Amino acid sequence: MFIINCPYCGERDQTEFTCHGEAHIARPDNPSEISDEEWGRYLFFRENPKGTHFERWTHDHGCRRWFNVMRDTVTDQIIKTYKMGEAKPEISNE
Amino acid sequence: MSNQNRTIYGGKVNREKPINFVFNGKSYIGYQGDTLASALLANDVHLIGRSFKYHRARGILTAGSEEPNAIVQLGLGARTEPNIRATEVELYEGLEASSQNCWPSVNFDIGAMNNFLSRIFPAGFYYKTFKWPPSMWLFYEHFIRKAAGLGQSPTAKNPDRYEQKFYYTDITIVGGGISGLLAALGAGRSGCKVLLIDENPELGGYLLDYNFSINEKDGKKWLKKIIEELDGLANVTILKRTTAMGYYDYNYLTALEKVTNHHVEFSNTLPRERYWRIRSKKVILAQGAFERPLVFADNDRPGIMMASAGQKYLSRYGVLPGKSVVLFTNNDHAYLTAFEFVEKGAKVTVVDTRDLLNARISEKCKLLNIKVFKSYSVIKTYGDKKVNRIEIQQVDKNQNQLTGEVENIHTDCVLMSGGWNPAVQLFSQSRGKLKYDLKINTFIPDKIIENQKIIGSNNGQFNLQENLNESFEAGIAAANELNFNSVEKVNWTGKEEIEFTHSDVEPYMLGKKKVTKGSKHFIDFQNDVTAADIFLAQREGYISVEHTKRYTTTGMGTDQGKTSNVNALALMSHIHNKPVDEIGHTTFRPPYAPQTIGAIAGRSVDKLFDPVRKTSIHEWHVENKAVFEDVGQWKRPYYFPQNKEDIHQAVKRECLAVRNSLGILDASTLGKIDLQGPDAAKFLNMIYTNAWSKLEIGSCRYGLMCNEHGMIFDDGVTSRLGENHYHMTTTTGGAARVMSWLEEFLQTEWLDMKVFCTSVTEQWAVLSISGPNSRKFLEDLTNIDLSKENFPFMKFREGEVCGVKARIFRISFTGELSYEVNVPARYGRYVWEKFMEHGKKYNITPYGTETMHVLRAEKGFIIVGQDTDGSVTPSDMNMDWIVSKKKEDFLGKRSYTRSDTIRHDRKKFVGLLVNDKKTILPEGSHIVEKALKQPPMKMLGHITSSYYSPTLGYPIALAMLKDGISKMGEQVVVPLMNGKIIEATVTDTIFYDKEGKRNNE
Repeated sequence: MFIINCPYCGERDQTEFTCHGEAHIARPDNPSEISDEEWGRYLFFRENPKGTHFERWTHDHGCRRWFNVMRDTVTDQIIKTYKMGEAKPEISNE
Repeated sequence: MSNQNRTIYGGKVNREKPINFVFNGKSYIGYQGDTLASALLANDVHLIGRSFKYHRARGILTAGSEEPNAIVQLGLGARTEPNIRATEVELYEGLEASSQNCWPSVNFDIGAMNNFLSRIFPAGFYYKTFKWPPSMWLFYEHFIRKAAGLGQSPTAKNPDRYEQKFYYTDITIVGGGISGLLAALGAGRSGCKVLLIDENPELGGYLLDYNFSINEKDGKKWLKKIIEELDGLANVTILKRTTAMGYYDYNYLTALEKVTNHHVEFSNTLPRERYWRIRSKKVILAQGAFERPLVFADNDRPGIMMASAGQKYLSRYGVLPGKSVVLFTNNDHAYLTAFEFVEKGAKVTVVDTRDLLNARISEKCKLLNIKVFKSYSVIKTYGDKKVNRIEIQQVDKNQNQLTGEVENIHTDCVLMSGGWNPAVQLFSQSRGKLKYDLKINTFIPDKIIENQKIIGSNNGQFNLQENLNESFEAGIAAANELNFNSVEKVNWTGKEEIEFTHSDVEPYMLGKKKVTKGSKHFIDFQNDVTAADIFLAQREGYISVEHTKRYTTTGMGTDQGKTSNVNALALMSHIHNKPVDEIGHTTFRPPYAPQTIGAIAGRSVDKLFDPVRKTSIHEWHVENKAVFEDVGQWKRPYYFPQNKEDIHQAVKRECLAVRNSLGILDASTLGKIDLQGPDAAKFLNMIYTNAWSKLEIGSCRYGLMCNEHGMIFDDGVTSRLGENHYHMTTTTGGAARVMSWLEEFLQTEWLDMKVFCTSVTEQWAVLSISGPNSRKFLEDLTNIDLSKENFPFMKFREGEVCGVKARIFRISFTGELSYEVNVPARYGRYVWEKFMEHGKKYNITPYGTETMHVLRAEKGFIIVGQDTDGSVTPSDMNMDWIVSKKKEDFLGKRSYTRSDTIRHDRKKFVGLLVNDKKTILPEGSHIVEKALKQPPMKMLGHITSSYYSPTLGYPIALAMLKDGISKMGEQVVVPLMNGKIIEATVTDTIFYDKEGKRNNE
């Protein structure tokens, strides 16, 4: 249970949001030209890391916007939130 | 005689305000300011209840929330609550409470024979005895459940209201004792937003019960001033009668505030309890400590209580729990209570486990005529329903055994003190790490994880003088860390007659050989766990703390072992001859104390549990006796019975009315999304499987939506209203899901597409009229040309209907000539009533969802979610016609060439006709290769839809059947639950009007 900083609305309670799994999985530009393996990778394969994770969230009970969240899966710390289309932040090694 | 144990003077109860209450059917009088426990003690009632397992007589052990013994059934009827700690219940006029766990009465309890049979009820008794044979457990369980358990839950619905509050603050301080108050003062003076929580009705904690001085003046007056200043600070919020229950990640706390529990009358305007959800930048824990019991034989009799509890009953409530008192202690501080008792007229004897005594204490004992047995232990107690005699014996510490003569002391009250345990429950919940402190022999906080401070005796710091200044400074420091200004430090000099010092823990009576036989040395009072049980668990191999806990159930009662945990761990340490740190401790989990489920549910009950959605025509359906069904949150008419019709008769009548003349359906619940923007067509091309670029303005088209796995997840008709303007419809249940799906792709994949999606489901009322007479009927009511040439099938027109601006879509879900008339929702009922009036000449018949289902099944139209289940492709549904071959890309397309989706033996959508022409196959029935007497049978598919068709006069069914297309005309078998085997023929999915002539009329 934590507070999430929506890039559009500011800090709001977690209960207003929904998580939609891993972020930065781009839909292939040319699905018809790629192999079953590549398509399968897009459909089914996810990182599921212990530690820093990049996720897509929506502010359902708010602006209904999608955005990305950098979260530590061990501590649940929200490291950063950023808008769709913005570059994936670097993972610091501290 | 009433209040016979009340002292002549003293205490803070209001003796001018007597309060009547009832315990076990008998009336008593207490005073305003009493708890149920203090009022019972004042009236010389010591036997409060029977214990859980052995049904032993139990009294009052403590004076606070840690109470394991004095738990009662409180209140009557729908408001009755079990397991309420009498030590926490504020007395109110008319209060009714009763003992638990006894029958027929607490004084004469049949179950008490368990005590004499206790040799056959050791730890693990149930596990060992009722294990064999496994099939018998259900039989045993019935009796065990009856015999076990504490109080009774109410059988009627709780009439009270509970509320929830979300709260955000800079600093939350848990505990309103001296440390919490001073921290609040420090932080409060700094100007930050402070929330102070305390579970008691009065702030002050421990210091309310003891004498102390500040700067050599009366400490109580000083305390009052501190509280007054806090009350005056606008940035400090104080919650009394509020227990912090849970401490979760990132300083998220939950707390339960008792708002009207202690009121005489239940309020109509206030909730009974309020559940706080608190998010705090910083948390200061100042919860204090619990006094630790000593372990000796029969240490559970009524009349035996904690020394601090005795102190509280005497000084706060003016109740003397006994006149001939024994103090059994291992520390100095408890002597304060001995002095207090003597001063109020009791005769006191002290049994001290230590051989050396502070000279000042010795002197004062001599002065007060207190006899002190040094290096002695209480070894046994006697008394049926209250202690009346104890045995003591000298302890030879070198030999770790008892020695010398056993001496008898007649007594009516034993006060015990085994030192203090910081209340580390919340600290541990916040993942703080504990360490065992050998100086005070208990677990104290070590490593803090959260943005938090822990102060005072909660941190193992018991010295008043040090707590005063450190706590105040902790409050200032916390505010400072949040960038609030510093305030001036203060130097107070605080003194108690006896300061806290190091105390030896005596986890059990030293004559350890005696422990396993005969009398019971209770560790966990509430769950009846004895020292012998802990020994047994170790012998039987349950040596991890978590195993010992579960095997013996120590610490698993409603009190969660607040008084017992450390003693159990100390005993384990003793048995294994290992430091307590190596034994470890069990996990602390929320809630800190029992809490009502009602408070967690809050207002999310009954009508507010889940919103009910009704169409603008809903009340007409109610007035016309519709039977409703729930579709998601919507209420939809299921069917409209007339004159005692059952569902079959009503549906038959409704179906035939549509096929032969005119039916009307309230289709307002259909999901409706308004799409606008220059890229709308491009977007639809990606979302739907078919092509949208060439759809003309004023035309409608059916579309299937699939996910990237290629599986169908919604369908509906979308119409082009203008150049860049579309009106999409979705299934009733899928509306929200589709909306999110569209937004997901617009916001995350195709950020460059210019399309706006707006849900307009509730803006439009949809009146679907269907049947051969629908054109004739509607022509009289609209200015739109309805002729076949000018308004053909799958077109859309705008105009007026009954004088109301309307959109008409000529689409059909029944296979008949149909018009879906959309009017602004606020005109829905008006137009509906006009239709009903005007439709009389065509016998206009309102129909519900069941008729809609039958009619569409006759036509083989699918219902997403009923005929499909998320593992079905358009091809599986024989809908290849709607999957574009030309479009380069759309959602799901690539998955149609995956090895799994091109398998030729996938289940396909087929029709089934039963050979007997009368059995309606239950939906969900399996089609098997060969019907056997019992499973397993090789399954080929299942029935997705099944109805009696009034149009055809026999049953029809739709099914998913393995390789179904190549099985056309073949026979299949469907075994039913009742053992019957039904034969059916595989057919096409369209049972009526295969050419689709009727809706093109």
